[in-house]
Amino acid sequence: MSWLIVGTVPYESFPLTEDICILEKDCLRIGEQRIRIARGTPALIAAACATADVLNIERPRALLVGDTGRGEGSRRLYDCLADTADKRSESGYSFHYLFPDVFRHNRILWKLESLSVKPMLVADAGYMYAAKMSGFASSYTLFTPDVGEMAFLADSQAPHPFYTRGFLLRDENRVPDLIQQAYAEGNAAQYLLVKGQQDYVACDGEIIGTVSEPCVAAMEPIGGTGDSLTGIVTAFLMAEYSVSEACMRAARANRLTGFLANPSPAFSIQDLLPFLYKAAESVLSEK
Amino acid sequence: MNFFKKLFGKSPKEAGVSARGMIVFHHTAEVIAAESLLKEAGMEVQVKGPPPSLRTGCDMVIEFPLISELEALRILNDAKIAPIQVVTVEDVLLEPVSLFHVKDFGDYLMVRAANMKITVSKQNQEIVNISGGGCPDVPYLAEAMVGKSLLSAPEPRTLGKTLCGYALQLAYKEIIRQCHG
Repeated sequence: MSWLIVGTVPYESFPLTEDICILEKDCLRIGEQRIRIARGTPALIAAACATADVLNIERPRALLVGDTGRGEGSRRLYDCLADTADKRSESGYSFHYLFPDVFRHNRILWKLESLSVKPMLVADAGYMYAAKMSGFASSYTLFTPDVGEMAFLADSQAPHPFYTRGFLLRDENRVPDLIQQAYAEGNAAQYLLVKGQQDYVACDGEIIGTVSEPCVAAMEPIGGTGDSLTGIVTAFLMAEYSVSEACMRAARANRLTGFLANPSPAFSIQDLLPFLYKAAESVLSEK
Repeated sequence: MNFFKKLFGKSPKEAGVSARGMIVFHHTAEVIAAESLLKEAGMEVQVKGPPPSLRTGCDMVIEFPLISELEALRILNDAKIAPIQVVTVEDVLLEPVSLFHVKDFGDYLMVRAANMKITVSKQNQEIVNISGGGCPDVPYLAEAMVGKSLLSAPEPRTLGKTLCGYALQLAYKEIIRQCHG
């Protein structure tokens, strides 16, 4: 399936760029632009490309812009996508690190929903915050929050994870309750893949699977390991796995990557990436 | 999504939670000066009347995009304007996260505040990782801070522009407190 990854890189001068993603030895290439593989959207893209190679499918395209938090780059990207969304033909989108902008988010969503075949919509990071704030979370196929973001989705009043109320954050073992609450409030996508000590896959309010092995504690502090999971699940969706199967296999592949790398908390996502190939092959061979 | 939703959108109450915040000041003069400064910085702001619970004698507050709280506060701080408080545009006032999770990895210590995590080496207090968050300043902050020692790295509040940056600032202050008491 054709797929577009939408996000930002942390350089203000990086122009609005759309092209096929090419994973080179130690960097990404999108059109004429070379990007260091680090936490954020580059980590998502690198993981999606590596997994796509193992699955022997075409690599995704990416629509990227530079933004260091001022939001100007993100707004240019939102406007570009909103202007073209109803003429695009991708089967799916993975939205990632963008400055949350509910108005512009809605413009894009409404255009995509007007297509005769609605694409699959995956959201993580800032775009997931905008999707929740908009009240249209249920229009999405999949959200991939971590535990802190899961509490934010469960909190009907929080406009950003920074304002999540303490009683929701207090106990990391309450993820099943948070999932139920997010669905009850209409703040969840159809599917949730919750990244944590134990990964949860939920659909329409029900937990349909969990993945807890192998458990590598050092993965939590490593920046980009959540982004890589969203990248891996993107590749499995591109390969036309069902959403639940894609989530379960992606969770296992991400954990296995950590197990094979045996990292310390000082590892970078780039240190982990070489191990993803073997991990994805192993997960692919599972029945 | 049905036709009416597309045509009219949702009412504010239906359409999820507010993405706007209010900055409350001591004096009207501060509100006016702050409005100019924030508008000059390209921020979409409006002067509004505060709800009863926020009336402090200054009957104006500045409504602004909540996501830009850190940048707004820095602009005001540079101009030596000290607001009383920042709140979300909601019936119930929300407090920023104040709960920290501390995780000990042996040679490394991690602190999480809301959705942001910072990890340092106990041996030399080098910042070895920053993770979590979803706003575009997070990768930018990570590039600026990772690999530097805790006390020589730029503080997130000096480079961050969003609430994720603000959450990282809280985690950063807490990990300094954990390391230095």
